[in-house]
Amino acid sequence: MLANWGYQDGSGVYFITIDTDKCNGCRECIEACPQRVFEVGEDPADPLREEPVAFVVDEQRRKLRFACSPCKKYLTAEGGSAASRTPAELLAKELKNLPCVAACERGAITHSW
Amino acid sequence: MAENTEKKELWRWLEARWTNPDIDWKQGKIVSAGIDVGSVSTQCVVMVDGDLYCYSSLRSGSGSVDSAWRGSNRALEGTGMTVDDWHYCVGTGYGRVNVPMSKRAITEIACHGRGANWMYGPQVKTILDMGGQDCKVIRVDEKGKVTNFAMNDKCAAGAGRGMEVFADFVGVSINDVGDKSFEIDEEPKPVSSTCVIFAKSEAAGLLKEGWQVSKVLAAYCSAMAHRVWELMVRVGIEPELSITGGIAKNRGVVERLEKEIGMKFQEKKWHNPDYIKRNYPFDTQIAGAIGGALFAKALAEKGKA
Repeated sequence: MLANWGYQDGSGVYFITIDTDKCNGCRECIEACPQRVFEVGEDPADPLREEPVAFVVDEQRRKLRFACSPCKKYLTAEGGSAASRTPAELLAKELKNLPCVAACERGAITHSW
Repeated sequence: MAENTEKKELWRWLEARWTNPDIDWKQGKIVSAGIDVGSVSTQCVVMVDGDLYCYSSLRSGSGSVDSAWRGSNRALEGTGMTVDDWHYCVGTGYGRVNVPMSKRAITEIACHGRGANWMYGPQVKTILDMGGQDCKVIRVDEKGKVTNFAMNDKCAAGAGRGMEVFADFVGVSINDVGDKSFEIDEEPKPVSSTCVIFAKSEAAGLLKEGWQVSKVLAAYCSAMAHRVWELMVRVGIEPELSITGGIAKNRGVVERLEKEIGMKFQEKKWHNPDYIKRNYPFDTQIAGAIGGALFAKALAEKGKA
């Protein structure tokens, strides 16, 4: 399952997507994230799943743009605040280097901005 | 606008309750219940061996515990059943952790996926739930298992509460908004504001300019439709589509959304032909609670095994 955690508002689209079929609940993302965005536990969207899975904690879901900003220096440094104004190549490269994305061996985590 | 001297509650939508006349619950093996305590409405659904037995749909009170009790008491009215007769109860929705009679809380994402699959049938792949304070797009497989979802609960603009506020503001009963929004000569541009508060002041400006109420409603309905469409695109739109939640009853939004997507939502009717034949009421607002009751049944069976 692709779990899209986040929101969209007048300023942009802010979703962290977790592919729960890839996630093995290893908890590496929890350690990697300086903002404590992730938690691992019972799958919120699939109560019958037995294995623990990563998800974005409730308190962070509605403010991801700000929670993730310390790791997203590229947005302001190179291309203004909006992801759409960042050159696509740079964005693609930087998105792979995010601590949470890099920490996930299975490649289960992706960011939309 | 002239001031309303008479205080009408224009936002007040129709509450409901129903008991299945064809079931004697005392003969049933498993009685399962789902209680969906939303930010705006509360539903309680009771199933006997996986068949719909009774339900209620009420306005939520200020507290989840109280809402859950009112919902279940209303659903059980005249049935002779009490909450102690339930083998398993699942709480869902915004207030799910505060449902005292539930054994487990399950998110509304999972419950809506399961509930809509059961109500509409396995052909449904994309579910749009327009709730009181959020909007969810859920993709499911043929068993109702969630494969992809996104939710927007950051503000009420694309949700039922926003529509309530708006209906109240322009002085039209929320039940008439849909029909009224089509009493227009040509489709106006959507209101530009994505926030209810700003949309309200924008509407005030339009009324002052001499726009008719129906035209303002049309502009608001299409703005809401567009907002929801953006979220649907994010998750991907795979037919068949179905819609649940209160806004599903508002054709002003639904038909404009269909136009934007270029696809129709499934007709609001039961997958189970028996239910159609017996004329059981089909209420889009109970999908979450139905999903809860179905999970409750599964969990009760799992507990026994």
